[in-house]
Amino acid sequence: MKPRHQRALLIVGGLAALGVAAYFVLRALESNIAFFISPAEVVAGKAPKDKVFRIGGMVKEGSLHRQDLTVRFVITDTAADIPVVYTGILPDLFAEGKGAVAQGKLREDGVFHATEVLAKHDENYMPPEAAHALEQAQKAQRTLAKP
Amino acid sequence: MSNRLINWFKYASPQSFYPLAGRMIPWFWGLAAIAFAVGLYIGFFVAPTDFQQGEGYRIIFIHVPASWMSMFIYCVMAFWAGLGLALNTRLSSMMAQALAPTGALMAFLSLWTGAFWGKPMWGTWWVWDARLTSELILFFLYLGFIALTSAIDEPRRADKAGAILALVGVFNVPIIYFSVQWWNTLHQGASVSLTRAPSMAMTMLLGMLVMAFAFWMYSIAVALMRVRAIILEREAHTDWVKQLPEVQGAR
Repeated sequence: MKPRHQRALLIVGGLAALGVAAYFVLRALESNIAFFISPAEVVAGKAPKDKVFRIGGMVKEGSLHRQDLTVRFVITDTAADIPVVYTGILPDLFAEGKGAVAQGKLREDGVFHATEVLAKHDENYMPPEAAHALEQAQKAQRTLAKP
Repeated sequence: MSNRLINWFKYASPQSFYPLAGRMIPWFWGLAAIAFAVGLYIGFFVAPTDFQQGEGYRIIFIHVPASWMSMFIYCVMAFWAGLGLALNTRLSSMMAQALAPTGALMAFLSLWTGAFWGKPMWGTWWVWDARLTSELILFFLYLGFIALTSAIDEPRRADKAGAILALVGVFNVPIIYFSVQWWNTLHQGASVSLTRAPSMAMTMLLGMLVMAFAFWMYSIAVALMRVRAIILEREAHTDWVKQLPEVQGAR
């Protein structure tokens, strides 16, 4: 074996070993790397008690109520709903039916008291006309699906 | 060897690569200039307004190409560094060093434009989610590579130390790329991927791809200019460098 083959083998072997190590580290850290947890996980009791955490999902349609600077809404992942109360300014993209991430504490009454609310948008980009057409098509489909 | 169409090994020597790089640089600058002009025109004037983000989404034409290049350049840099380590070829290591500052610039641009985009859309400049954090680590890897290789005076030893750092760091690239799939992140998923149709309007996608091409050509042009400077510096003791008209003219 030539020295350069030996070195190449050493590099490949080293990288493979590192790859395996990285895989195990990431698996072990999995729950800590998640930026937020879903309402279903909160209901399942995976939320830390009396500690600040982030909850993420969709803002439920028709659940948004404003009173001065205090807003109440329900965050949902369709499997479970968590009511949220927050006082402060919301990002422009925050809206019903859109993604949001709230940071705060879950009180004993089951209401999530948020200290920060962020909007999470999706990866779709299109002109407003296209979005409108898409919405119309979905509406038509829904009315067709009704008996 | 001589019966091959192109003798690639010929250009592994700094002496023959130096003039070749010099001839290639104007072409890459030209392509970059054209693609930047076309891409920015599409981005600002042709691409439609977005249905939820309005005009603000247009930062995508800088943010996404810069992010792609920051990851791609790191892979290329690690490849050259690894080749230099395995084969002991000087030029490969010089290429790796020439790419690092451009990669760092791309990673910085990605983070900076991301912050400018995050504030109006998400409501925050920065969050410690997996995508943002791993991109920040990439930026630090570039800085670490530059710092390490310039802290060691003996060039061949600097190459080796840098190569090991570059190769270890390469695992960060798939983590950045797949972070939005593997974990819950504030950053949205990929709009463009190899496995499914892009979730963007056609003209938006076109503008982004042209801009990515522009960033790519720019990166090659700058890296070639930098590698020529590194060759001159490292080979300053050789006769062929001393006889170059640009070196003699500088005296």
